[in-house]
Amino acid sequence: MSNTLPDQLGHFGRFGGRFMPEALIAPLDELTQAWQSAMADPVFTGEFDRMLREWAGVPSLLYDATRLSEVAGARILLKREDLNHTGAHKVRNALGQALLTKRMGKPRVIAETGAGQHGVATATACAYLDLECVVYMGEVDTERQSLNVARMKLLGAEVIPVTSGSRTLKDAINEALRDWVASVDKTHYLLGTAAGAHPFPAMVRDFVRGIGDEARAQSLELLGKLPDAAVAAVGGGSNAIGLFAAFIPDEDVKLYGIEPGGDGFETGRHAATITAGQVGVLHGARSFLLQDEDGQTIESHSISAGLDYPGVGPEHSWLAETKRATYRPVTDADAMESFKLLAKTEGIIPAIESAHAVAGALEIAKELGPDATILVNLSGRGDKDMDTASTWFGLIDGEAGRE
Amino acid sequence: MSEVVALGKAGTAIRKANAEGRAGLVGYLPAGYPSYDGGIDAIKALVDGGCDVLEIGLPYSDPVMDGPAIQRAAEAALAGGFRVKDVLRTVEAVTAYTDVPVLVMTYWNPIERYGVDRWATDFAGVGGAGLITPDLIPEEGAEWIAAADKNELDKVFLVAPSSTDARIRSTTAACRGFVYATAVMGVTGVRSAASDLAAPLVARTKATTELPVGVGIGVSNADQAAALAAFTDAVIVGSALVKQLLDGAGPAGVRSLTESLAEGVRREPSAAAGR
Repeated sequence: MSNTLPDQLGHFGRFGGRFMPEALIAPLDELTQAWQSAMADPVFTGEFDRMLREWAGVPSLLYDATRLSEVAGARILLKREDLNHTGAHKVRNALGQALLTKRMGKPRVIAETGAGQHGVATATACAYLDLECVVYMGEVDTERQSLNVARMKLLGAEVIPVTSGSRTLKDAINEALRDWVASVDKTHYLLGTAAGAHPFPAMVRDFVRGIGDEARAQSLELLGKLPDAAVAAVGGGSNAIGLFAAFIPDEDVKLYGIEPGGDGFETGRHAATITAGQVGVLHGARSFLLQDEDGQTIESHSISAGLDYPGVGPEHSWLAETKRATYRPVTDADAMESFKLLAKTEGIIPAIESAHAVAGALEIAKELGPDATILVNLSGRGDKDMDTASTWFGLIDGEAGRE
Repeated sequence: MSEVVALGKAGTAIRKANAEGRAGLVGYLPAGYPSYDGGIDAIKALVDGGCDVLEIGLPYSDPVMDGPAIQRAAEAALAGGFRVKDVLRTVEAVTAYTDVPVLVMTYWNPIERYGVDRWATDFAGVGGAGLITPDLIPEEGAEWIAAADKNELDKVFLVAPSSTDARIRSTTAACRGFVYATAVMGVTGVRSAASDLAAPLVARTKATTELPVGVGIGVSNADQAAALAAFTDAVIVGSALVKQLLDGAGPAGVRSLTESLAEGVRREPSAAAGR
């Protein structure tokens, strides 16, 4: 299978491309050129690697989760992206794009954020590299995630609550795009996932693909062979494409993307974009999309704010269509069971996003049998999710939980 | 392709205005605001006030190119249950009322979802003149270009101050009707100051095409329209007209502002010499 996608215009098969206002096309061309020249420049890539190592705690460990494996009935390896600086894989992308912003000579960065994780990662990278930082965040989310708003402010970022539309992540992206079209000569839009118009899906993939490159080498060292399967949660899809990229040419390694099934796929209250199977155009690319029969975007639902997005990166749509990867939903309830299981068996509290991947791995373990080795991207840590978990499990006195 | 065909319906209407020694006036309002019938009445007021070309907006959930005024109107229309098929009904009602060409301005996904061929057929069937597509560049537009050509619909693509000369050339080559110059870097909305980006963009665009060039720039009054009319073929007004509806001035407010703008585009007869 080819690993040279996308084409010159950003297409992965029929997916991807550029559905953007003309005003942004020339800036996207400039960005493409700057990114490609940076990635071919050993000074840039060397600096990126050094900063990841010295400042972000990368490469992350590959952990042989023996107690979880006993429960799963197959060998589970966890790629510990939760141990990175800022607590998730997202720092790789934020640092890469921030460094590229410096190289392009732009002084200002804007970003969107849902729960606040990408906003915090961006604010952190901008503080480190001395860039002005503005983060757009849906008003609903600024209220739900006030601690992350405080973090971003402490790091020197300005947080702008978005009051248009549904006042959540997709509207924060809309508002960031509106800022960008008016400010693009001195501003970089640091998109938080491997979605959007070309070159973002490929560029973000390349900044986060260290996840899979490292895990592949670590697996060979630990096992003497590759794992049988690689599993990651998919919202926009950056942690998953970061894990998958290295393994796409390894056709014996099965790839599984775990989508947020919310209340259950059949209820309609979910964010399982690929499983739902409708193709459309949103935020600059053709991909799978949650939409109504008129093509209006439908609001998604997931207990995990980081997966709660009605679109998905175009490369995932292509991997699904070509059947190189398999995508399946996991419900809120199953994800939360795995959240608790990982805490109790391994002493690791995962992000709820990552708990979806663990829940998916438990199902896949049953299918592949006891001889299988399954690599799971533990994309982030769960400190940010303790409010949600406390409510779900009734961990705080006086609250009625589910157990 | 001959110039006659490439002018399409909208370009022919603009050239007719130019032949009178003035710029054309293109007026925008979203369909379905403040209601289905109210939206049609407001669009008829654009005709009565003197627009040469009509632009009807298709309300969309994620209008990334639009500022607050058009966002609010689109949100209200959608919240009121307005559907894509209602845009076709709106076009049908307007084309029954007037011969002024009717373009629909739409983000791409609703058309892709409707089915590009099916849309082109149904839209031509209700007398629509063509589409303005703010988030579709010709490189991604092969299906639309083929469907528009088959149904003789205008294809209005956008150029911007950031567009390279090469991009302007390839974009105008794909247009029929006119070329839409977004002469500010930013979203739609009323602006008090004239942009110094407009004149150079119009000049660069005209260097590549015989098609008329329309400029959208946040014009809200006759003086601004007159200033633009001095160097462009058509003046496009949107947000200021939408604001009439948002402020409750109704079709009468739309008509009164349109009449004033129509006077503005007639104010500079000397500029026509350069056309």
